[in-house]
Amino acid sequence: MRVSSIVYSLKQGFKNIIRNKMFSLASIATMAACIFLFGLFYTMVFNFQHIVKQAETGVSVSVFFNDGISQEQITAIGDEISKRVEVSKYEYISAEEALNRFINDTFNGNQELAESFQDDNPLANSASYEIYLNDVSLQKALVTYLESLDGVREVKRSEIVANTLANFNVLIGYISLAIIVILFAVAIFLISNTVTIGIAVRREEISIMKLIGATDFFVRAPFIVEGIMIGLIGSCIPLVALYFMYRNIIEFVNDKFKILQDLLNFLPVNTVFSTLIPIALLIGVGIGFMGSFITIRKHLKV
Amino acid sequence: MIELENVSKIYSTGTPAINGVSLSIEKGEFVFIVGSSGSGKSTLIKLLLKELEPTSGKITVNSKNLSRLKRRQIPKFRREIGVVFQDFRLLKDRNVYENVAFAQRVIQVPTKNIKRQVPAMLSMVGLAEKYKSNPKELSGGEQQRVALARALVNKPSILLADEPTGNLDPKNSWDIMKLLEEANQRGTTVLVVTHNREIVDAMQKRVITMNKGVIVSDEKEGGYAYES
Repeated sequence: MRVSSIVYSLKQGFKNIIRNKMFSLASIATMAACIFLFGLFYTMVFNFQHIVKQAETGVSVSVFFNDGISQEQITAIGDEISKRVEVSKYEYISAEEALNRFINDTFNGNQELAESFQDDNPLANSASYEIYLNDVSLQKALVTYLESLDGVREVKRSEIVANTLANFNVLIGYISLAIIVILFAVAIFLISNTVTIGIAVRREEISIMKLIGATDFFVRAPFIVEGIMIGLIGSCIPLVALYFMYRNIIEFVNDKFKILQDLLNFLPVNTVFSTLIPIALLIGVGIGFMGSFITIRKHLKV
Repeated sequence: MIELENVSKIYSTGTPAINGVSLSIEKGEFVFIVGSSGSGKSTLIKLLLKELEPTSGKITVNSKNLSRLKRRQIPKFRREIGVVFQDFRLLKDRNVYENVAFAQRVIQVPTKNIKRQVPAMLSMVGLAEKYKSNPKELSGGEQQRVALARALVNKPSILLADEPTGNLDPKNSWDIMKLLEEANQRGTTVLVVTHNREIVDAMQKRVITMNKGVIVSDEKEGGYAYES
């Protein structure tokens, strides 16, 4: 294909958008609405997962040792734990430290009661490793492994919390998938309808082109340029809107509901948009391209 | 140049639009095809453009057997044929110049050649000064002249005209026929489907008369034989 023909196709694609103003506006609006919904949902799910992940990092497993175990053996167990990929961090808590924590938590600084334990540590055998996980769903596998280690007396874990969080994560995954599938079905239906109307208006133009001797590529190229441009504009508009919306909402929530900051730890705007922008642009351009490519194919048989 | 051997076209409704037609048109001929509505004239044009496939028979145009032509070869084949329709079929969102230039862009003529050839063609059909006009601003006769310029700009070896004067008054009809005759004198084979008795009788060209899908007469310098 000659350069002049490529330039011509590009120009015609842009001109078509202007010529068919109403159709272009309808397509851009449809695309923008779908991408906006997608972006909104994506941002919510992304944040939700982040919040759940934060909660997961607080779930720990405690490993207690056999009576009379040596410090070397404890260190060796620690080394084994550190090799596990699902472990994000682990901490050694000596018997003294365990007692101090107990006293602080139970007697809330009541010195008299606390002193009665000084000579006889009831937690003498309660030195432990406190292990935090990357992924709470791997807790069971880790516990089985830890229980198999020599010198380990008991492994304590919060199974209910771990299961609830793991199930919650799976549930979010399913809901996201379902909503994304529904959104895409709606988007493709709406866009293919809009493109069909647009093509119907220009069916005669396509048939004239074909009768004059235009190749399928030559007929198709301006429509594809048009589809891609509509997809691009239709995804940029909601991205800009979502960017400012998201930024202002997290500023507002962080400002007005400081008390919730630990619970609702929102992702920074740049983290969300560094993935949302390429995904949304790809979806917009992809739907624009596929929409025009598939719809025009039906009308090329002249 | 154009050869039909026992060609039939039966539509899905079961109606035969063309029934066992055989004819031969030589290079440089000017031929009228006349007949009532539904006689198969327009189907014949569509078959020659490979817009339709015949149900049976063989069609050869410019030494090409159309049934053997692959889909990707059709555009190149059509570039050798100029075509004019009763309803002009101009691109309404482009001006006169762009409509004619479009035929050249399709076959990837370099822009500098388009800039030279399109104004020359518009002068030939008498529309040099209206090159910026939109088709909607032109009379029927002028629109048909634009369509003719578009059909001729690539110097086709064959020109097919389907009722080119069907929507025109007598004066404009004659203007169009003169332009077709000039193209024919420059060597283009011209095939005109028409209902215009006055023109057919006056021009004394070859006349093929069709009725109910068959050729009922074929005269070298004939008149309008069909009685409606």
